[in-house]
Amino acid sequence: MVSIILFAPLIGAIIAGFGWRLITIRGAQWVTTGLLFLACLLSWIVFFSHGPETQHVEILRWIESGTLSTSWGIRLDRLTSIMLIVVTTVSALVHLYSFGYMAHDENFREGEESYRARFFAYLSFFTFAMLALVTSDNLVQMFFGWEGVGVASYLLIGFYYRKPSANAAAMKAFIVNRVGDFGFALGIFGLFYLTDSIQLDDVFAAAPTLAETQITFLWTDWNAANLLAFLLFVGAMGKSAQLLLHTWLPDAMEGPTPVSALIHAATMVTAGVFLVCRMSPLMEYAPQAMAFVTFLGATTAFFAATVGLVQNDIKRVIAYSTCSQLGYMFVAAGVGVYSVAMFHLFTHAFFKAMLFLGAGSVIHGMHHEQDMRNYGGLRKKLPYTFWAMMIGTLAITGVGIPLTHIGFAGFLSKDAVIESAWAGSAGGYAFWMLVIAALFTSFYSWRLMFLTFYGEPRGDRHTHDHAHESPTVMLVPLGVLALGAIFAGMIWYGSFFGSHDRVNAFFGIPAHHAEDDAAHGEAGGDDHGEGPVAAIVEATEGDGEGAVEAVTEDTVTEGDHGTTTGAEAHGGEDGHAAADTHAAGMAPEGAIYMHPDNHVMDEAHHAPVWVKVSPFVAMLIGLLTALWFYVWNPAMPARVAEANRPLYLFLLNKWYFDEIYHVVFVRPAMWIGKQLWKRGDEGTIDGGINGLAMGIIPFFTRLAGRAQNGYIFTYAFAMVIGIAILVTWMTIGGGAE
Amino acid sequence: MSNLLSITTFLPAIAALILAIFLRGEDEAGQRNAKWVALIATVLTFIVSLFILVGFDPSDTGFQFVEEREWLMGLKYKMGVDGISVLFVLLTTFMMPLTIAASWNVTSRVKEYMIAFLLLETLMLGVFMALDLVLFYLFFEAGLIPMFLIIGIWGGKNRIYASFKFFLYTFLGSVLMLVAMVAMVADAGTTDIPALLTHEFGSETFSVLGIQIVGGMQTLLWLAFFASFAVKMPMWPVHTWLPDAHVQAPTAGSVVLAAILLKMGGYGFLRFSLPMFPIGSDLLAPLVFWMSAIAIVYTSLVAMVQEDMKKLIAYSSVAHMGYVTMGIFTANQQGIDGAIFQMLSHGFISGALFLCVGVIYDRMHTRDIDAYGGLVNKMPAYALIFMLFTMANVGLPGTSGFIGEFLTLMGIFQVNTWVALVATSGVILSAAYALWLYRRVVMGDLIKESLRSITDMTAREKWIFAPLVAMTLLLGVYPSLVTDVIGPSVEALIEDHNTALAAADRLDDSRVATAASH
Repeated sequence: MVSIILFAPLIGAIIAGFGWRLITIRGAQWVTTGLLFLACLLSWIVFFSHGPETQHVEILRWIESGTLSTSWGIRLDRLTSIMLIVVTTVSALVHLYSFGYMAHDENFREGEESYRARFFAYLSFFTFAMLALVTSDNLVQMFFGWEGVGVASYLLIGFYYRKPSANAAAMKAFIVNRVGDFGFALGIFGLFYLTDSIQLDDVFAAAPTLAETQITFLWTDWNAANLLAFLLFVGAMGKSAQLLLHTWLPDAMEGPTPVSALIHAATMVTAGVFLVCRMSPLMEYAPQAMAFVTFLGATTAFFAATVGLVQNDIKRVIAYSTCSQLGYMFVAAGVGVYSVAMFHLFTHAFFKAMLFLGAGSVIHGMHHEQDMRNYGGLRKKLPYTFWAMMIGTLAITGVGIPLTHIGFAGFLSKDAVIESAWAGSAGGYAFWMLVIAALFTSFYSWRLMFLTFYGEPRGDRHTHDHAHESPTVMLVPLGVLALGAIFAGMIWYGSFFGSHDRVNAFFGIPAHHAEDDAAHGEAGGDDHGEGPVAAIVEATEGDGEGAVEAVTEDTVTEGDHGTTTGAEAHGGEDGHAAADTHAAGMAPEGAIYMHPDNHVMDEAHHAPVWVKVSPFVAMLIGLLTALWFYVWNPAMPARVAEANRPLYLFLLNKWYFDEIYHVVFVRPAMWIGKQLWKRGDEGTIDGGINGLAMGIIPFFTRLAGRAQNGYIFTYAFAMVIGIAILVTWMTIGGGAE
Repeated sequence: MSNLLSITTFLPAIAALILAIFLRGEDEAGQRNAKWVALIATVLTFIVSLFILVGFDPSDTGFQFVEEREWLMGLKYKMGVDGISVLFVLLTTFMMPLTIAASWNVTSRVKEYMIAFLLLETLMLGVFMALDLVLFYLFFEAGLIPMFLIIGIWGGKNRIYASFKFFLYTFLGSVLMLVAMVAMVADAGTTDIPALLTHEFGSETFSVLGIQIVGGMQTLLWLAFFASFAVKMPMWPVHTWLPDAHVQAPTAGSVVLAAILLKMGGYGFLRFSLPMFPIGSDLLAPLVFWMSAIAIVYTSLVAMVQEDMKKLIAYSSVAHMGYVTMGIFTANQQGIDGAIFQMLSHGFISGALFLCVGVIYDRMHTRDIDAYGGLVNKMPAYALIFMLFTMANVGLPGTSGFIGEFLTLMGIFQVNTWVALVATSGVILSAAYALWLYRRVVMGDLIKESLRSITDMTAREKWIFAPLVAMTLLLGVYPSLVTDVIGPSVEALIEDHNTALAAADRLDDSRVATAASH
C-alpha cells in the first residue's frame, strides 16, 4: 500500500509531463490530481490502520560497494505515517486548488503553451521526491529525496521562466540548499566511516557507541555523535531555511502561490525538522549539537519574525512567518521533545498552507497584485477567503482558552513548543526568544489581515473594482485546510504532547517488557508515595530507574489522564528497557527515541502558570498593537518607521544578509575564478609550459603550414596502411592458429 | 569465439580500410556511403562487444577472453579483459555509433573524417584490452594521431594551436612513461602485464645525486607513469590543453575526447600505478589527493567565469576527473568503485553535454554564452534534455553522476577528512556554474533577434540523446549493473594492494581492519 502511495505521484508526473498531448492538458490535470487523492486516501488509511510498529519494505537494490549496501526501500513507522498524511493531503489539495489558480496566466501565451501540464507534472514529481524522503530507510535514499525536492523546488520557483527574478531565485534556492547538502553529505560519510552502514537501524544502534567515540575531523578530535549530528543539522538548516542559510526562502516566493503553499510552507521546508526527529536516537547522544539546534532555532524564530514585521509583499510576510515557525520546531526538537516538534510541523502544515492558499486567492482576485499597501477593504469582496484567512491567522497566532486544551491548532502546538523550550532551556534564551517571536507573529499576522481586509481600498481603483472571489475549486481546499487548522491541535494533542504513556504508545516506543517487573513496580510505587517534588529531585539525581516515569504519571496536572500504579510500573520499565536494548547495540524501537534521562517533556507539563499563559499574553499584545497601528490609528506606522529609520531599513532589508553574502561570497568567487583563469591557467601554467615548448614549436608550425595543404594526409594514409598490414597479419595469423 | 576481443578491436579498422580503399568520390552519394559504412561498422562493433559482456564472468577476478600470439621481433600480442577494463570497452563501443550519428552534418572530407574516427575506436579499444606493455604503449600513443588530425583538420579557427598543444602535452608525458617501461622490462624481464602485476618492484630507499628517494624504484616508476596519466586525465595543473582542445575540436571530437580518451588516464592508474607500485602509490597518494581537491575547486571556479560553453564544460570535466583520481588512490572499495563509476557516468554525461552544445552550435555557429538566452521558448525538448544532463552533471541523486561522486567522496572521507571537505565543496560550486550556464542559455525570455527562427531538435538529434538519457537514469537508479561487474575485481585489487603494503609494513590500523574483513 505504501508503495502505491509512493509511486502514484511519480506515475502521475510522468503521464502529465510526457503524455499530455495524448490525454489533453485537462486530462493531465485530472490524472495527477486523481492519483494524488488516491495517495492521500491511502495515507489516511495507513495512518489509522498501521500501528506504531516499524515495517520495512525493500523495493530494489541501489548502491552496493564493499560493505556499503543500500537499497530503495520504505520504512513505515509513526513518523513516516504522519509525514505521509501531511504531504499527500496538502499536495492533493494544492493540486485541486491549482485547477483554478493556474487556469489563466498572463506569463504565458494562452493556447500556445502547455504550461499547465508542466505545472502539474512538476507538482506531482515534487510529491514523489518528498515521499521518497520521508519513507526512506537509509540515509542515502533520504538524500535522494532531499535533493529531489530541491530540484522540484528549483523547477517550480523558476516556473515563470521569462522572469529574470524567478530564474535568479530558483538558482539561489538550489545553490543555498547545496550548501546544506554539503554538510548532510559529510555527515553521511562520517556515519558510514564509523558505523560501516547507513541503514537507519544500524546507525541508531551505534549511537551510544558514537557518543563515546572520538573522530579526527580536520584539525582536531571531536566527539563523534556531536560532530555527526551537527553535520546532519547543517543539511537541515539549508532545507528548512534556518538562519545563515535562510536567504533563499523569501526569494522562492517568485514561484506560483500554490507552490509556495505546498513546498515552501507545508512540506519541503519541514524536511529538516523531520530529519532531526528521524535521527533522534543519534541526536539524543549529541547534547552540544542539540544545544546548537536549540540556539539556532530560537534565533531564527526571532530574526524572521522581526523581518516579517515590516514586509509589504503579502507572500513575503508569510514566507518569513514560515521561517520563524520552523525555528519553533527546531527548538522543540533541540530540547529533546521530538514529538512536539512533529506536532507543530503537523499543525503548521495545515494553517500555513491555508494562509498561502488564502493569499493566493487574494492575489488571484486582485489580478496578481501582491503589495499589501494596495489592498484594503477586501472583506466584502472576498468573503470566503476572508474567513479562511481569519481562521489561519487565529491558528498561527495561537488563539485558544489559556490553561485548557481548547483552541486553534497553533495554540496547542505552539504553546507546547514554548513550554518545552522553557523546560529544556531552564527558562533561558530559547524560551524568551520564542515568546518575543510569538508577540511579533501575532503583530505581523494581524497586520496582514488588517491591511488586506479592513480599512479603505488603496491602490489601483480599477483592480479593486474588478476584485472577485475565487472559484469553488479554489475555495474547497481552503475549507478542508480550515478544518485542520481548527481541529488538528485538539484532536492529536494527547498523542503528541499528552502523558508519557500516550506519546510512547503513539510513536511505538516500547511500553512493556516482561522481565524485571516487580522491582520496578516497587520503585514506582515508592516514588509515588513520596510525591512529585521528591521524585523529581530523585530523578535529577540520577536514579532514573523508574522514578522518572513515575513522575510523569503522578504529576500530570492537566488532569485528563488517570494514573494507576500499574501504569507507573510500566512507565518505569519502559525507560529502562529502552535504555537496555539501546546500550546492547540494538536500534531502539519506536519512531522517535528519548533518552531515559530526557525529562524535558515531563517538566514542560509542569511548567508554571505564567509560562503557560505567556504565549497567550504575547499574542494579545501583538493583536492590540496591530489594531492600534492599522485600525485605530493608521498614520502611526509611518511615524514609527520615520522615527526609527535605521532600524526600519535594517528590518526592511532583512538584516542585510543578501548584501553581505553578495560581497563576501558571490563577488569573491567570481573574482577568484577570473584570476585563476587568466593568471593561473593562461598566465602561469600555459606560459610556463609553452615557454618550455617554444623551442620546438617553430618546427611544428612549419609542419602545420604544410598540414593545411593536405600533406598530413600522406602521413595519415601511411598510418592507415600500417594498421591495415597489422590487421591482415592478425587475421591470417589468427586463422592459421 | 576465441578471438572475440580482436574482432571487436579491429572491426572498425577493417571498416576504415574498406573506406580508404574502395570509396571514391566526394559527391553527396560518396559522403552518404562513408557515413553509413562508419555507422554500421560502429553499431556492429557495439553488438559484438555485447557478447563480451554476456560472456564475462564477474566473479572471476583474473583476465578473461585472453588471446596470446607471437608477434613481430619477439614481441607478444596479448589481449584480455577483467572487471576493471571490460566496462570501458563497452563504454567505447557504446559511444562511437552516437558520435558518428552526431557527425551527420559534416561536409568536408567526410571519408577521411570517418576513417579517423574508426581508427580512433580501434586504438582506444586496444588500450583497454592490451595485456602486453609494448602493445599497450602502441595503442596508447597511436590514439593521439587520429585525435590530433580530427582537431587539426575539422576543428575551429584556432585548431592548429590547439592540436599541437594537445599533442605536445600528452606526448611529452608519454616519453617519461616509455622510459619507465623500459626500466620495468629490464627489471622484470617480461612485457606481459599479468606477469608484471605479480612482480614486486624494488622499494628500498636509495639516493640519486644526494637526494634520498623513499620508496626507491617504485616511487620513480610511479612518478613516470603519473606524468603520462596525469596529463591524459587531465589533472591540475597540466589540464590546460583540454579546454583548448575541446573548444577547437568538432562536436564529435569533443564527445570522444571527453567520454573515452580522458578515461585512459584513469584506467592507466588502475592498471599500472596502483597495483604495480603499491608502495609508491601509498607514498604519493597525498599528492594525488591534494591535486585532485585543488582541481575540483580551482576548475569549478574557473568554469564559473567562462564565456564559451564548451570551455565551461571542459573545465567541469577536469573537476569531475578530480573525483576519479582522488577515488582511485584512496585504495578502498568505495573510492575505486566510485572512481570507475564516475568515469563511466562522466562518459555519458559529458558526452551528452558536448552534444547539447553541438545542437545549438550547428544552428547558430557560436558557442558564446552571451549569444543565447531564452531557448526554452523555441526549443522545449532541448531545454528538457539539457536540464537533465545539467542535473546529472551536478550529481543529482537518481542520475549516474551522483553515484560516482558520492562513492569517491565516501572513500576519501575514510582516508583524509580535509581533502574530503575541500572536494565535497565541489558539489556547491558545480551547482553554481552548471545552473548559471543553464540559466543564461535556456531560461529567460527570447529577446535576441538572431534566435527568433531557431528550431527545436530534429528526430535524429533526439535519437542520439535517447540512449544517453537511458543510461544516465538507469545507472543512477540501478548502479548494481556496474558495481556487480567491477566489484570482485576491485576487491581483489585492493586485497593485493593491502597485502603488498602489509609486506612492506606500511599498513596502518584501519587498513588492517579492512583487509581482515575480506
